[in-house]
Amino acid sequence: MEIINIVTAVASISGLGVVFGGFLGYASKIFAVEEDPKVGEILSVLPGANCGGCGYPGCSGCATAIAEGKAPVNACPVGGSKVANKVAAIMGVEAADTEPQVAFVKCNGTCSNAKSKYTYEGISDCVFASQLAGSGSKGCTYGCLGLGTCVNVCDFGALSVVDGVAVVDEEKCVSCGKCVKACPKGLIAFKPKSKKTAVRCNSKDAGKEVNANCSTGCIGCKICEKNCKFDAIHVENNVAVIDYSKCKDCGLCAMKCPKHAIKNERAEAMAAKKAAEEAAAKAAAPAAEEAKKDDAPKSE
Amino acid sequence: MRLILLLLAGIFVNNYIFSQFLGICPFLGVSKKVETAAGMGIAVIFVIVLACAATWLIYNLILVPLGLEYLYNIAFILVIAALVQFIEMFIKKSSPSLYQALGVYLPLITTNCAVLGCAVTNMQNGYNFIEAIVNGIGGAGGFAFAIVLFAGIRERIAYNDIPKPFDGFPLALIGAGLMSVSFLGFSGLIKL
Repeated sequence: MEIINIVTAVASISGLGVVFGGFLGYASKIFAVEEDPKVGEILSVLPGANCGGCGYPGCSGCATAIAEGKAPVNACPVGGSKVANKVAAIMGVEAADTEPQVAFVKCNGTCSNAKSKYTYEGISDCVFASQLAGSGSKGCTYGCLGLGTCVNVCDFGALSVVDGVAVVDEEKCVSCGKCVKACPKGLIAFKPKSKKTAVRCNSKDAGKEVNANCSTGCIGCKICEKNCKFDAIHVENNVAVIDYSKCKDCGLCAMKCPKHAIKNERAEAMAAKKAAEEAAAKAAAPAAEEAKKDDAPKSE
Repeated sequence: MRLILLLLAGIFVNNYIFSQFLGICPFLGVSKKVETAAGMGIAVIFVIVLACAATWLIYNLILVPLGLEYLYNIAFILVIAALVQFIEMFIKKSSPSLYQALGVYLPLITTNCAVLGCAVTNMQNGYNFIEAIVNGIGGAGGFAFAIVLFAGIRERIAYNDIPKPFDGFPLALIGAGLMSVSFLGFSGLIKL
């Protein structure tokens, strides 16, 4: 008797389940909604990081917007021109070549370059620290606090704090813009990946104050502005800003900057080469002098 | 007369949200805009009325004859889940904008305890088929009424300068509590 009770209970509930399942399966065919196959195709091409850098909720939102024509084929800032080309092929349009962008940090106030007002021993979060007295422990109120809020927010491991200042690994950076939003000091901005020149300072203080706090801050002297042949760098609010649409990446500003606040890899390489030559010359100098002494009689 | 009283009791006296505290999840989740709140309310009315009819039939035509009344919870959950799936398909086909607006909350009606609560109330009070459906309309109407009122209040709140600690859900919960207190004024008004 009890076994029959169990059997009827199981049978009736599973019977209900089978009936509902069959009904739903049938209904799903009747009420099937035709989705644009392009959405799926675009989604499979997108990076799938769901970072939200495009401004849509995740990659599927972006794919839907592209398929509906609401977003351009290069809407994904992460994928760059590679993904844009694939999406364009799906959508049947030509993609305009997009210059890949990378983030860069507008501060070079490393532990040795910049002074601190006090020793900070609180939680390791820039947003928190920036709300404390003097907006953080750094002498310069505009400088990078180096507590790594941007590092934590980056999904691609492109940021790291080196010697108290955040540094972007341009190879890993996909320009999703999360760090730009996360930095309480607004220190992170985008530049074209091919352009190697960047102003590594965001201090709007006057020159005297900058000098007091940092050995490599922009003092707004306008030497770069006068030297630039392309009208691409201007001092605005006491800090030099590069207009990348005009910048030819010649690196002249970086070489002329008396505070070394502008970074250019070429200029750095040249400076390093020069320094190496000087060092080599110094090292070689005694030997050369000796050689001269040796040579002198012979030539005469 | 009894049916009208049943309807009014469902809306005001035994309001699912304010006196029985059922279905709080969608009540807080979809009450940011009057428009989506109204959509959610209509979806809930739709689901509850159909669920009341379906569960009444299942209970009285299958469970009672088989002597399986004790299985009502499992059976009701099964019915409601299948029904919500069906409604989701139906809305996706017939009204994509409503589908977009409801988003994740439509599948969440599956686990909305107001739906199960309504079905269980019908069974426990021994309502007949018509009474069960009227009770469903009343209860679901009360839910829709509450969520639309609350969305109106939250829309007004959104434009005000609110102290940071209260911003968002804290103030929404306080508002819901105050509305609940005011709805308690209806208690005992209708005796069935």
